[in-house]
Amino acid sequence: MTITYDSVNVGDLLPDHLSPLVSRHVLALFCGASADHNPMHVDSDFAQSFGMPDVFAHGMLSMAYLAQLLTRWVPQSHLREWNARFLSITPVNVRVKCTGTVVEKFEADGERRVRLHINAHTDGGAHTLAGEAVIALN
Amino acid sequence: MLDRSFIGHTFDPVSIEVEKGQLKFFAKATGENNPVYSDEATAKAAGHPALPAPPTFLFSLGLMGPEPYPVLSLLNIDIGKVLHGEQRFTYSGQIYAGDTITRTETIRDIYDKKGGALEFIVHETEAVNQRGEVVGTATTVTVVRNG
Repeated sequence: MTITYDSVNVGDLLPDHLSPLVSRHVLALFCGASADHNPMHVDSDFAQSFGMPDVFAHGMLSMAYLAQLLTRWVPQSHLREWNARFLSITPVNVRVKCTGTVVEKFEADGERRVRLHINAHTDGGAHTLAGEAVIALN
Repeated sequence: MLDRSFIGHTFDPVSIEVEKGQLKFFAKATGENNPVYSDEATAKAAGHPALPAPPTFLFSLGLMGPEPYPVLSLLNIDIGKVLHGEQRFTYSGQIYAGDTITRTETIRDIYDKKGGALEFIVHETEAVNQRGEVVGTATTVTVVRNG
């Protein structure tokens, strides 16, 4: 179904998006694919030397899953601006559940737009990312 | 404490070619199953001239220069002490495979909380393509754990 401005109401929920398991293998792949070679995410010896119990996921991996939440709802060309605050670290071996809610309909720059609240939680229930996205709709 | 005199510092621009193999690798690593991000025929059928870069790839372009973490190098911060506090993006165009993106990064603010136990660096990158079009901005809040 094509999402249009008139078909959307404040309070509508986006279809949830659940990530694959964020395994050590996924973190290694994302290290290379995202060009973020920070050893904190792939080298447990390094993580422990800085007082962390283990490696943890890149915040930008969870933000990539939030991007997928948005681009499964509308094509990427509709995305005007968005943000995410990283509230807590995402440990290894969880799935990331992404959710979104329409909170405002408005017009700006000659376009009809909606504002979303977006969130990521681990499947263990930890709230990891929170943000907003502005989407233009026809 | 980090030297506040670096607020306003702009780094030399860095130009990066967007490689389609890197975009396919990014799609694989993020479990992206929408073929528009990994299959050129699908992308072109959807009206794209080449594989599109996904929304957060702009951040990765910031890490592909000769110095991957210029803010940390300039301020002499150990990478093991940093966390990503917040990330913001704005878009005014689409980045595609084959584009050359020139990114210019500026330190917008440095501040601390909890008596200096946590310091925050706000740095903003503007991305311009090979036609001189601004395609977007990426703003990062980096958190430094002291002690």
